Amino acid sequence: MSKIPILLLFKRALIEIPFVFFAILMPFFGEGEKFSIFGVMVYREGLLAGTSIVVKGTLGVLAAVILSTTTTAREILRGLEKLKLPMIMVQIASFMLRYINVISDEMERMKVARESRGFIATGIKHWKVLATAAAALFIRSYERGERVHLAMLSRGFDGALPSLDSHSVTTREWFTALSIPGLALIASITASLIGW
Amino acid sequence: MSNVPSLQITELAFAYPDGNQALYGVNLTIQKGERVALLGPNGAGKTTLVMHMNGIHPTMQGEVRISGELVDSKNKESLKAIRSKVGIVFQDPDDQLFMPTVGEDVAFGPYNMGLRGEALDKVVQEALTQVGMLDFIDRPPHHLSFGQRRRVAVATVLAMKPEILVLDEPSSNLDPASRRELADILRSLDITIVMVTHDLPYAFELCERSVILSGGIIVADGKTGQILNDEKLLKSHRLELPVGFSFN
Repeated sequence: MSKIPILLLFKRALIEIPFVFFAILMPFFGEGEKFSIFGVMVYREGLLAGTSIVVKGTLGVLAAVILSTTTTAREILRGLEKLKLPMIMVQIASFMLRYINVISDEMERMKVARESRGFIATGIKHWKVLATAAAALFIRSYERGERVHLAMLSRGFDGALPSLDSHSVTTREWFTALSIPGLALIASITASLIGW
Repeated sequence: MSNVPSLQITELAFAYPDGNQALYGVNLTIQKGERVALLGPNGAGKTTLVMHMNGIHPTMQGEVRISGELVDSKNKESLKAIRSKVGIVFQDPDDQLFMPTVGEDVAFGPYNMGLRGEALDKVVQEALTQVGMLDFIDRPPHHLSFGQRRRVAVATVLAMKPEILVLDEPSSNLDPASRRELADILRSLDITIVMVTHDLPYAFELCERSVILSGGIIVADGKTGQILNDEKLLKSHRLELPVGFSFN
């Protein structure tokens, strides 16, 4: 469960960089009180705001990366169900998970069929073709939805999907799950003790 | 019980809301344990007929009875019972398999019939064993081959312990080995089967009896071998044996 290589975690967390880029610049611009760190002049206001963005961002990204690395999409759905997300939304998400591959395969086949007849999208004049293809894909998916519903009715569907079975949570899993919020708590207590 | 036919259709007629009439008085009786091929050209009304068997299309004229019980699309309770008795396997397994894993999908039907817990698990395992797919119980359907998905689709309706199994083009898109495997499975089932198909050799292989639906009525009903040997009959209803194929 918690055996994610640190390197992998780090790599996936890199996605954060573009978002914190401006936060890193913040201490160097602004107005008001200035002071120097290692000989570099920085603005107090900017430093505080920038640090706060980087910390929040990093914690958020780490939490998301850990959730997606340790938990399958299905487990996440189960979790949402347990957290009392409305049933209909869980069901929609579950259908999306099931059919995303089917529909992307269909899209790929349509692309191959277009290109086999010499079509390569290069610019704005080809958008019309792409838009038509998107519309065709939409209609096909809609019709598939109708057929799926028919198949569900044929097997006695009356509005409620079986709830997903879930296993009980161990103490260890609780500790793993609480580690990030714990870190966040320690960070904020430390911050308030230092007097920021 | 033994004398009650699995399926009894009398004078069934149906027109779509746009006025397009699909069925003009169909009469068809299928006894328990029979395997019957329902043949017919595209647009003959085969799918419309199948949709009447479990009350998806409300009966307009005539009646449909499943092991004696009238299919009445207005009676919710009886409809539920009918749908557990008539298992329809649709043509595209991706339409039929909509749950995240094979096991959950097979459980869907019996769950709706009110089964829970161990009884549910047992039914699921039995059904998957019947089609030889028990090892795949925790797999997501999109990781399976087409033939495997079709077999799981059969399991999803077998799990409901139907009186009658209706298959829409069961051999379509299957490679020869999957085709044979499916035939072996269907033969091993002790159940009434209606097979809607254009695949005449497959019909001959599996079904003793065939009926031809054409223009919204049953135009032929008899032994599969005889029907498929009647070239004139086949030709007049846009049916043909594959080139070089003959029965002796």
